[in-house]
Amino acid sequence: MSGVEYISPGTVAEAISALQAAGGNGRLLAGGTDLLVQMRGGRAKPKVVIDLKGIPGIAAIREEAGGFIIGAAASGALIGEHEGLRKAWPGVVEAANLIGSTQVQGRASLGGNLCNASPAADSVPALIAAGAICVIAGPNGQREAPVETIQSGPGKTTLGKDEVLMAFKLPKRPAHSGDAYLRLIPRTEMDIAVVGAAVSVTLDAPGKCISARVSIGAVAPTALLVETAGSALVGSSFDDVALANLEAAVAVACKPISDKRGTIEYRTKVAAVLARRAALIARDRAQGSDRAQGAAS
Amino acid sequence: MSDGNQPPVDFKVVGQRPIRPDGVDKVTGRAQFGADFHLPGMLTGRIKRSPHAHARIVSIDASAAEKLPGVKAIVTGVDLDVGAGGDIEAGEHAAAMKDVAANVLAGDKVFYQGHAVAAVAATSPEVAAEALDLIVVTYEILPHVIDVDEAMMPGAPVLHDDMYTKGVTPKPAKPSNVAQRHVMGRGDVKAAFASAGVVIEGRYTTAAVHQGYIEPHACVASWGADGQSTIWCSSQGQFLVRAMTARILNLPLSDLKVIPAEIGGGFGGKTTVYLEPVALALSRKCGRPVKLVMSREEVFLASGPTSGASMDIKLAATKDGKITAAEMELRYQAGAFAGSPVNLGCMTAFACYDVENLALVGLDVVSNRPKVAAYRAPGAPMAAFAVESAIDDLARKLDMDPIDLRILNAVKDGAKTVYGATVRYSAFIETLEAVKAHPHYKAKLKPGQARGVAAGFWFNIGGESSAAVHVDEDGGATVVSSNPDIGGSRASMAMMAAETLGLPIERVRCTIADTTSIGFSGSTGGSRVTFATGMAVVEAAQKVVADLKRRAAQTWECDIAHVEWRDGVATCLDPSKNVKPLSMKVLASKSAKTGGPIAAEVSLNAQGAAAGYGVHVCDLEIDAETGRTTVVRYTAAQDVGRAIHPAYVEGQLQGGAAQGVGWALNEEYVYNKQGLLDNASFLDYRMPVASDLPMIDTILVEAKPNPRHPYGAKGVGEVPIVPPLAAVSNAVSALVGKRMTALPLSPVSVLAAMGKG
Amino acid sequence: MSRTVVNAIVNGEPVAFLGGGGQSLLDALRDELRLTGTKEGCGTGDCGACSVIVDGRLVCACLMLAPEAEGKRIETIEGLADNGHLHPLQHQFLEQAALQCGFCTPGLLMASKALLDRNPDPTETEVRYWLAGNICRCTGYDKVVRAVMDAAADLRQEEKPR
Repeated sequence: MSGVEYISPGTVAEAISALQAAGGNGRLLAGGTDLLVQMRGGRAKPKVVIDLKGIPGIAAIREEAGGFIIGAAASGALIGEHEGLRKAWPGVVEAANLIGSTQVQGRASLGGNLCNASPAADSVPALIAAGAICVIAGPNGQREAPVETIQSGPGKTTLGKDEVLMAFKLPKRPAHSGDAYLRLIPRTEMDIAVVGAAVSVTLDAPGKCISARVSIGAVAPTALLVETAGSALVGSSFDDVALANLEAAVAVACKPISDKRGTIEYRTKVAAVLARRAALIARDRAQGSDRAQGAAS
Repeated sequence: MSDGNQPPVDFKVVGQRPIRPDGVDKVTGRAQFGADFHLPGMLTGRIKRSPHAHARIVSIDASAAEKLPGVKAIVTGVDLDVGAGGDIEAGEHAAAMKDVAANVLAGDKVFYQGHAVAAVAATSPEVAAEALDLIVVTYEILPHVIDVDEAMMPGAPVLHDDMYTKGVTPKPAKPSNVAQRHVMGRGDVKAAFASAGVVIEGRYTTAAVHQGYIEPHACVASWGADGQSTIWCSSQGQFLVRAMTARILNLPLSDLKVIPAEIGGGFGGKTTVYLEPVALALSRKCGRPVKLVMSREEVFLASGPTSGASMDIKLAATKDGKITAAEMELRYQAGAFAGSPVNLGCMTAFACYDVENLALVGLDVVSNRPKVAAYRAPGAPMAAFAVESAIDDLARKLDMDPIDLRILNAVKDGAKTVYGATVRYSAFIETLEAVKAHPHYKAKLKPGQARGVAAGFWFNIGGESSAAVHVDEDGGATVVSSNPDIGGSRASMAMMAAETLGLPIERVRCTIADTTSIGFSGSTGGSRVTFATGMAVVEAAQKVVADLKRRAAQTWECDIAHVEWRDGVATCLDPSKNVKPLSMKVLASKSAKTGGPIAAEVSLNAQGAAAGYGVHVCDLEIDAETGRTTVVRYTAAQDVGRAIHPAYVEGQLQGGAAQGVGWALNEEYVYNKQGLLDNASFLDYRMPVASDLPMIDTILVEAKPNPRHPYGAKGVGEVPIVPPLAAVSNAVSALVGKRMTALPLSPVSVLAAMGKG
Repeated sequence: MSRTVVNAIVNGEPVAFLGGGGQSLLDALRDELRLTGTKEGCGTGDCGACSVIVDGRLVCACLMLAPEAEGKRIETIEGLADNGHLHPLQHQFLEQAALQCGFCTPGLLMASKALLDRNPDPTETEVRYWLAGNICRCTGYDKVVRAVMDAAADLRQEEKPR
């Protein structure tokens, strides 16, 4: 880590210029809970670290047109304290709050979680299920892209070398909507997800599912949007057949590896289980009857 | 101390829960641990480590690193001089010095990933890191072997071509990875099995686990131009660090002073050296102080885990549940060099039980892993996992209560252990009965929960210790202890001194001396400090009391037999003398007139340590769809002799239980196909966190204080890690519906065992 | 070089130290300011031994770059006692023997303070999950959790639950 330069630009334009000037040797810093670990372990050797938190709004949360704009560098703690967000998107909030310890929550951000591009990132399936949109700044202005288009493999993203992820847009919630995220870890805290599953649903007044998005993590090189799993729920009242179809669709979509954290068989089986459980929690939340908060598995 | 020398039980200090003398330093950040020292001109050291599991070192080229500005010294294995080698007693085991040296800095081969190859000292961490990159080590990569059973197979890569299995006659024709074969037993096992009413069999495995102390190894070494040197370090024994470092660098002991830092956990893992000889060798080369601190990754890669084990066990019993015979083979990983605690596994395996016929074989097996180090009751938890699982099988087969079955077979005073000792002062049966009477054992389980019970044994040791008691001029006292305080021993030392002197605890303080300031002592290990060093403290305090009485008699011009010492005051019992009692304060303030300063130092070799027995009960539940286990209630009971400071004794039971639960459920060294450690971090080496555990109830069984200790103490630190592995596994097995035989019981393995994975 | 002067408020006092993009706040606290009460157990945010409070937020000092401290208020273990008077948490940790080796203790105390600053009456479960990022290998957490709950009670000036 010798001779690493630290800069803290005050605007996104400055950040982009700095990134360009660093010519591939620059790394963007949000919460730093992944970057610092990689630098210490020698897996990242930047010459310049560009701290984004000085850019106005990038570490904040605001409401807009009934939806929410979550700054890419807003900390998990800030997200967890936001009443409106907790009410509208409890699944996104619980996923963000599962990243690491209380200490890590004081720093870790959704932008970092996505751009670190771990297949096991907790917030990513929840953001995908929520239909979140990334706001990305580049030398030629801003563009928007769905979260599920950002990760392209372990440690890889589709972002350009001189692009900066600025924020996540969460849409306005229709009535009778709910979301949930569950992950499996061997301990109760502090682990990387062996499997993660997020479900977001909207019901009609009688309680039938009219739209559903299902996303799973740690079971493929990137978090997956499983459209067939969402389709399995649409039109149903979360009956056993629909849930079985959901589980089957998730199991088919899984393309996991066996590693120190889990086996192919285990991940596939448990992804289906967690998707079913998350679907039921999302339904309960949509019906306004949820009491469970932040339960792991 | 002789038998029956027990003071009355109406203690004033012993058994109370005072605040530890070093407490405020440790809650305010003032306490100085190994990495907290800083000296003028100090350099930063770093160690270059092997990226391979097994390789021959063809060459080490440090020429580019030497030229880097800021690099002041570079050392490799050739800078060590262990001479003739030989062994050093290191707590519960003997350490072969040639192996310790070759572990500290490799010779011509590296035996595991992370094996130290070279070290640099430089003016900044950045320069040191850059220098490491510039040292070019050329390796010839050799085939490796990680698994203990594979390491024993014909055709396995042999680590040491001079390793011929000891304990086998005639000497084997070829070298192998089996360093030693231990055999112990008694009776006629064959006949007992032939007439058995019930036979239980099983094969069990446990993973290598790390002690997991939160403080990484750290030291500062400073070489003097006259050859006299000082080391500041965190260890479980300043004298052990001195002995090993001096041997590895061929120095006279009197030229090396080791100053013990506060120690941030050890659990056995800091009863050897890794950094100290390297730091001193670097300092010797450049004449400046050198600090070496391990990263957490280095701690996992290159400091001692304890052995993973593979074991076969067979029990014979009558239909009434009396165990008549047992056969067991224990195969323990030693790591890269000989010296697993498999012999201790053999000795402890059936130490809780009175079994007439025993046949135990222990194999000490090397493989391409870091050399194991002692870990809390070394060797015992793995053996107990197999034995207590088999006994649980027996209880189920006979439909007996698991505690009743253990009471039926429990060892009693007077029995002979398989290793030849006579059982004395044991309260195993009382401990079992205490558990049976405890509300936890009587509580009904909820649906989906199961309860596991298991027992455990540890010898506890005595040995060489020194301590001094100084009476201060104002009548207070300072205890000088020879053992690093790893978990509150300053408190128990001060308490025993206060009790003996008759002073309030607040008037007694305790310090840990460096190697030049107190007589020799064995390490803080083997659950020996409160027993052995405590005995030295009490004897020193008794000498002080005798001296105070003599001075009072001198003052009063009466016979010393007429002087009574009570509550820190001398009273004259001679009715012919009309004198006022003399307090410690008065005697101390006038010491110049009665013979000078009042102090005593005692060095002894403490005998009569009493073994300890533990019984743990664990309730847990399993998520049947994910295989995740949740411990919902836990109780640890133990035969503790007498608890000097009960809160710290409870803490030992709770901490040991927590470590054992981690061992049972999640902790393991995971290797990939290249023989490289895949989880060298706290992220993936999963030790229990606060939310993983319930409160841990304790039962301190004080039915049999140890009469060989002035206050009845038995060692308490190690026993509590022995029962949890089986206590957890027995409960998991009950829920899964079949015997779990391989630790850890991770969600993946539990779900697979349930047939759902 | 790439180090610049960083100005921050540490334990209520303005300080200046050198920090660069290759240096963590933990390194700066320990090596530049010699505040060695904050410990390094892992350097990767997994053990909590380096817990400090920055602008009211609990963080691992190893996961923050030294220059990020510019203009921030930092609380470390050295500032927990008030002019030599122990904080109720420190007092309870001692009373309850909630430490053995004492190495994780500064981090646990700072984490517990951050908890009680925002939740004066936590449940046992809340304490356990809040402290999940502070690994203690010695105690099994039992006495730690009790000490935190009793300190909370002390702070609420209620009677100690026994």
